[in-house]
Amino acid sequence: MLDIDKWQEIFFTIRKNKLRTFLTAFSVAWGIFILMILLGVGTGLQHGVEYDFRDDAINSIWISPGQTSKPFKGMKPGRRLTLKSEDYEDIRDKIKGVEYAATRFHCWGNFTVRYKDNYSSFNVLGVSPEMMYLENQTPILGRYINKLDIIDRRKVAVLGTKVVEGLFDKNENPIGKWIDVRSIKYLVVGVYEDKGDEGEMKNVFIPLTTAQLAYNAKNRVHSIMYTVGDASVKESRAMAEQTREILSEKYKFDLTDDRAMFIWNNVENFQKFKNLFIGVKLFLWIIGVFTIIAGIVGVSNIMFIVIKDRTREIGVRKAIGATPGSIIGLFLQESILITVVAGYIGLITGIGVIEFIKWALMEFNIDAPYFRDPEIDLFTAVLATVLLVVSGAIAGYFPARKAAKVNPIVALKEE
Amino acid sequence: MIYLNKIIKSYEVGGHFLQVLKNVNLEIDKGELVSIMGSSGSGKSTMLNILGILDSYDSGTYRLNNTLIKNLTEKKAAYYRNQFIGFVFQSFNLLSFKNAMENVALPLYYQKVNRKKRNIKALEYLEMVGLRDWAYHMPSEMSGGQKQRVAIARALISNPKVILADEPTGALDSKTTMEVMNIFKEVNDNGMTVIIVTHENEISKLTDRVIFLKDGRIIDREVAIAS
Repeated sequence: MLDIDKWQEIFFTIRKNKLRTFLTAFSVAWGIFILMILLGVGTGLQHGVEYDFRDDAINSIWISPGQTSKPFKGMKPGRRLTLKSEDYEDIRDKIKGVEYAATRFHCWGNFTVRYKDNYSSFNVLGVSPEMMYLENQTPILGRYINKLDIIDRRKVAVLGTKVVEGLFDKNENPIGKWIDVRSIKYLVVGVYEDKGDEGEMKNVFIPLTTAQLAYNAKNRVHSIMYTVGDASVKESRAMAEQTREILSEKYKFDLTDDRAMFIWNNVENFQKFKNLFIGVKLFLWIIGVFTIIAGIVGVSNIMFIVIKDRTREIGVRKAIGATPGSIIGLFLQESILITVVAGYIGLITGIGVIEFIKWALMEFNIDAPYFRDPEIDLFTAVLATVLLVVSGAIAGYFPARKAAKVNPIVALKEE
Repeated sequence: MIYLNKIIKSYEVGGHFLQVLKNVNLEIDKGELVSIMGSSGSGKSTMLNILGILDSYDSGTYRLNNTLIKNLTEKKAAYYRNQFIGFVFQSFNLLSFKNAMENVALPLYYQKVNRKKRNIKALEYLEMVGLRDWAYHMPSEMSGGQKQRVAIARALISNPKVILADEPTGALDSKTTMEVMNIFKEVNDNGMTVIIVTHENEISKLTDRVIFLKDGRIIDREVAIAS
């Protein structure tokens, strides 16, 4: 590669055909540029959808009751089903592979929550302690609901950060303060943060049992959910199926009755999205690669012209003792050079544009739905570089082979 | 040095085989200065191609420096050309983007001699043809005679067994023709075998021996003159 003569010749031919080389190089650069933009945007879309999943643990299964839609053992369809606290224990204890199981009771409607003179309406939910794992929540102050709260039916509350913002002054520590929810006073014991959107931080959590008591719901719960650890899609599906069986036996509904019990398998759905994005990425690569091929054909074309122009010179070289291999090497190197330099310009420009979009989204706080953090990872960039060298070699190979076949007798012919 | 025995070569032209060389026998010794003459169509070019290992032949034997030149691969042919033969062309065939020194050094490049060494050697050969001061000039800045002298230096640098010159003075005026022929003489005096293909009597007169070709055969001098 450090062969000055070869480089000298390559630069000479490039200089001699500036416009031609530029146009060809441009088509390669454009191909790579488009590929980078496509892949960057593809990643942006993927991140957008993943971001949508960030709200809850992606390895979780959610269960909420519905209304039967099929007759079962002589019972008419249309029965409303409800879940009870025991169901949550059953599921937790009977299904193998459950990591954290939680349950939740919605106090329906907006509740006016008051602290001193500040009040606003928020959702109030009774939850079990494990809820924080399911919802991807972390206490940033104090603690979360714990077991003792449940057993003792304590009047304590854990607030979302937005609730704190709404009720308390900026510098006030909410821990240890009493808030008023529909004339019942709760002691604030913690503040949590949720990775989900703002709505997720506008909740007031109280112990499940307290909620059931306060709202006269006996042992009723609205939904049960559990995480499955690192179970595979197949395992998670089996767990969801087992859940349905347990509940169908208890509440007497047809196993095939999808409307009786809604079971949402996040593992499976996340996998579906993942597969979808693998498909999307593949598709983008195909488009990009075809765009590059157009550029490569251009490079090949220009190399054929270069070789035609230099037929006599090639003949002279061969007469002087150039081997076919050395001739192939010369033209291959030229074509790889054009492709790699042009491709690299396209690569860098593409990454630049993607990074700019990323920066702009952050800087101006643009919240595009299903689109965030477009990026081109190192692997993609490396792969594109390898692709460039390989395609440059392919582009150069056929013209170079033709050059190697030039008959040296042409050197003796007069023009 | 050169030994041709019963060389036959034919080309396919429009479905027929046209015999271009018909049983050519020829011997050229080391240190000879020989010219090959013949009108167009005499097989002169074909003979040159075969002597220069640029083309193959159908039957017979060709030995160059006691090496059988037959059925060579492209790579082997390139190697022998590089080792045994120095070409001088009518239109010089210097590479336009290389200066005189780099042009002279080119055969050594294909022998994988490093750049520094081959450039030093190229300067020596340029000195020999009287163009040391023109080493860094491009071919476009030189006259025809100068270019041909550079080309001769290039042919000599690999220290070949034979110099094959194809109408080397065809593109030159009479004064420069003499300059170039003097160089060939000088080279020959130093023991180099030189073969010049020409159609000019003035050139062939300057050589030790003239080989006449007619219709693919070598004919006697007397016959040639008579015709």
